[in-house]
Amino acid sequence: MSRMLFRRSLFGLFTLWIVSIVVFLATQALPGDAAQAILGREATPERLAALRAQLHLGGSLPEQYFSWLGHVVTFNMGSSLASGNPVVDTIGPMVLNSTVLMFASAVIAIPLAVVIGTWSALKKDTGVDHVTGVVTLVLASLPEFVVGVLLVLLLSTGLLHLFPAVFVQIPGEHVWTHPDQLVLPVLTLVLAVSPYIIRIMRATMLEVLDSQYVQQARLKGLPEREVIWRHAIPNAIGPVAQVIALQLAWLIGGVVIVEYLFRFPGIGFELIDSVTNRDLPVIQALVIIIALFYVIVNLLADVVTLAVNPKVRTAQ
Amino acid sequence: MSNSAPTLVVDDLRIVGVPSMASIIDELTLEVNPGEILGVVGESGSGKTTLGLSLLNYCKEGTKVEGGTVSIRDNNLAALNWRQVRSLRGRTVAYIPQSPASALNPALRISTQLRECISGDSSTVLSRVREVLREVALPDDDDFLARYPHQLSGGQQQRVAIAMAFMARPALIVMDEPTTGLDVSTQEHVLLTVREMCKTYDCAAVYISHDMAVVAELADRIAVMYSGRIVEIGRTADVLDHPAHPYTSRLLLAVPDLEAIRPMVGIPGNAPSPMGRPQGCAFAPRCPLADSGCSVEAPKAVTMGERHSVRCFKAGRALPPTPARPQRERSVRAPEDRPVIDISGLKAGYGKFTVLEDISLSVYPGDCVALLGESGSGKTTLSRCIAGLHHNFTGGLTLDGEPLATSSFKRSPEQRRRVQYIFQNPYESLNPRRTVEELILQPVQAVRGRVRNARDLVATALERASLRPDHARRYPDQLSGGERQRVAIARALATEPEVLICDEITSALDVSVQSSLVDLLRGLQAEMGLTLLFITHNIALVRNMAQQVAVLERGRIVEFGDVADIFKDPQHAYTRSLMSATPNFQLPRQAYSDPAAGASLLGAPDPVQL
Repeated sequence: MSRMLFRRSLFGLFTLWIVSIVVFLATQALPGDAAQAILGREATPERLAALRAQLHLGGSLPEQYFSWLGHVVTFNMGSSLASGNPVVDTIGPMVLNSTVLMFASAVIAIPLAVVIGTWSALKKDTGVDHVTGVVTLVLASLPEFVVGVLLVLLLSTGLLHLFPAVFVQIPGEHVWTHPDQLVLPVLTLVLAVSPYIIRIMRATMLEVLDSQYVQQARLKGLPEREVIWRHAIPNAIGPVAQVIALQLAWLIGGVVIVEYLFRFPGIGFELIDSVTNRDLPVIQALVIIIALFYVIVNLLADVVTLAVNPKVRTAQ
Repeated sequence: MSNSAPTLVVDDLRIVGVPSMASIIDELTLEVNPGEILGVVGESGSGKTTLGLSLLNYCKEGTKVEGGTVSIRDNNLAALNWRQVRSLRGRTVAYIPQSPASALNPALRISTQLRECISGDSSTVLSRVREVLREVALPDDDDFLARYPHQLSGGQQQRVAIAMAFMARPALIVMDEPTTGLDVSTQEHVLLTVREMCKTYDCAAVYISHDMAVVAELADRIAVMYSGRIVEIGRTADVLDHPAHPYTSRLLLAVPDLEAIRPMVGIPGNAPSPMGRPQGCAFAPRCPLADSGCSVEAPKAVTMGERHSVRCFKAGRALPPTPARPQRERSVRAPEDRPVIDISGLKAGYGKFTVLEDISLSVYPGDCVALLGESGSGKTTLSRCIAGLHHNFTGGLTLDGEPLATSSFKRSPEQRRRVQYIFQNPYESLNPRRTVEELILQPVQAVRGRVRNARDLVATALERASLRPDHARRYPDQLSGGERQRVAIARALATEPEVLICDEITSALDVSVQSSLVDLLRGLQAEMGLTLLFITHNIALVRNMAQQVAVLERGRIVEFGDVADIFKDPQHAYTRSLMSATPNFQLPRQAYSDPAAGASLLGAPDPVQL
């Protein structure tokens, strides 16, 4: 199994490397002059020269790439063109904030979805199951910003006034100092990722409950609780883990919109900002971080899937 | 046999489908004494699995008990509440499932699955686990206990399932086809284990199977089920020697005879589904003795002898003789004949893994050559190589002297036309979205382009496969399993092939249907001069079908020759072990010969209808 994980990790690194080439080609090696594109037509030759030096635009393409890559892997991403601060300092807190947001969403969404999906499968063809089916379908078909706006109307500005509609960060404080500000963004993300997990959990669970080994467990006279927890869930979790991983990976994309909607100071918000400002080093850093996140989440899903499958675990 | 009170009493049980209310099981009455094994024999759809599960008060989704009682040791299951039923399951009555590979939980260790069968303190439970494992001849060490089901062989898995059932020393064991899907040698070990375990624990057992030969070896009494009713029940010897119900008699004749003394005859028609059971006796439409009275009212059970009863108006009446085609047991060829398929030094594999090695085989026109082997022996791979479905092979392969390309894509349309393939499972090999007519025409169009006289061609193919012309417009799911396999045969015949490869084509079908198909193929072989390659694991079928047999063991042909020679005097140890492991199912001579004429029934073949 460890060999398998090692191989998957290598594959992840390979993915990251491809991403780095794409990012480099799309930003640095733009047709024409990246410095000109950033500074616009009215830029003075001195400023252009200075920026070219800062972006390492001299030399051939491979030379440029390897010197750029060298800086990336040593976390020396240069300075933000907008603020002049080092990129790492600029985006460090943003990454932390976004991680908090996503972690909170995942920790709430995953167990909730697994439980609701299982419950729905156990109550197949009853009212509970039908309601869950319709609600998840509606939620899954709504884009997350619509869900966000509806939640704002419902819980913040319109019907009830429970939570603030936008995030106001006081400098020097952590985002979790005011948890009530986190409620709406987290809730939006939970509602956005849960439906898929619920539906796949229900489907997988139905299949498992219909299996011979669950029938055999019941015919052995085991209590229903043991049948579900010991015999059914471990077999259902493998396929579901893959979907959860996909949803988590989606989270980091969805977070861009949700952060923008709630003006939450995270990587999504920052990404939109830096694109507007053509802040090349920040864009590069953020895209690579997002790719890194994708790779890590998928690796984790593989670990879970392998860990619950004894066939793989015991393979020599 | 003990004279104490019966362990299991089923009285007038009726189980219906929900919401159709069609009866799946009706008027079912039986009892099993302690230490007695009752074999329940029936074809698919006869309700035998539903019966087995009902003995544990378990109803599959879409079924419910509508009337009657099941009592185990005087506990009426219907009167118990849910909690009491649960405590009865596994402890008083245990279940051994059909397929241990799917009934053992893949995510749990053997020890977990065995230990949870009984409660008690950990060390007592563990020592009981070890004891039961020893009794079923499995290792009892920690290393074995820590294994997962996938780390065991099929036979070991089934023995773990048996051990699981005997953990709590139950009074009754229900076994649902526990040896289906196992190789004959494994089956023999499992049956031996079952018999010994039942004796050790003085445990009553209900053994459900479609395989008369296995039941005849194992059971003390036999119950024959047809369309949800027990049509005949009695002591094994009574039922086998003096079957009183026409269905029983015909079912016995459908079992292939290992010694080929008795011809193998199918039952025309198909068993009705629960939704479409006829009025009166359900067997009447297929019964050679039926008259108009049979389809008015269902017959009541009549007692024939001690603990032997039958549901038939004509119980005990002799059947009209059933003519069967004489079986050729040798290859007939003229000295100038050339082999139609000639294989020399073939080696095949998947990736680095070699499946077949050093295969040389010559198949002469008009012969049926059986490829006999257990699972994993490479017999299907060999047939796929010949058909061009498996490309990864080296060595010589010629059709009528012309070398064949490894891939069917590289073969000429003419070469593809001449070799056709029939697959194992007719439920998977027919595209459900095409009509029978389209299915039959597809291969013809593939080798010949546009077909002008399409309708005639389909009609001929259907007729050859003993199907009605109106089958042409049906879709596969409107057909029974036997009819589907006939469609697959018709499809293969439509291109007028010379070589027909039949890959375990009867293994997914009932015995009565199997016999009809074998008869059909033998007829086709004689009339069309077809060359058949008949892949099977069933040694008795080989004797009733083939002229020559190649025995495969682990990717090598260990023995090849005329059927007559090999069965009389097998040379290789593996062939001998296969033959001794197969239940040798023999009937007394009066069961298949005409008592009046005093002669054997081998006569002119009659066309088998559906």
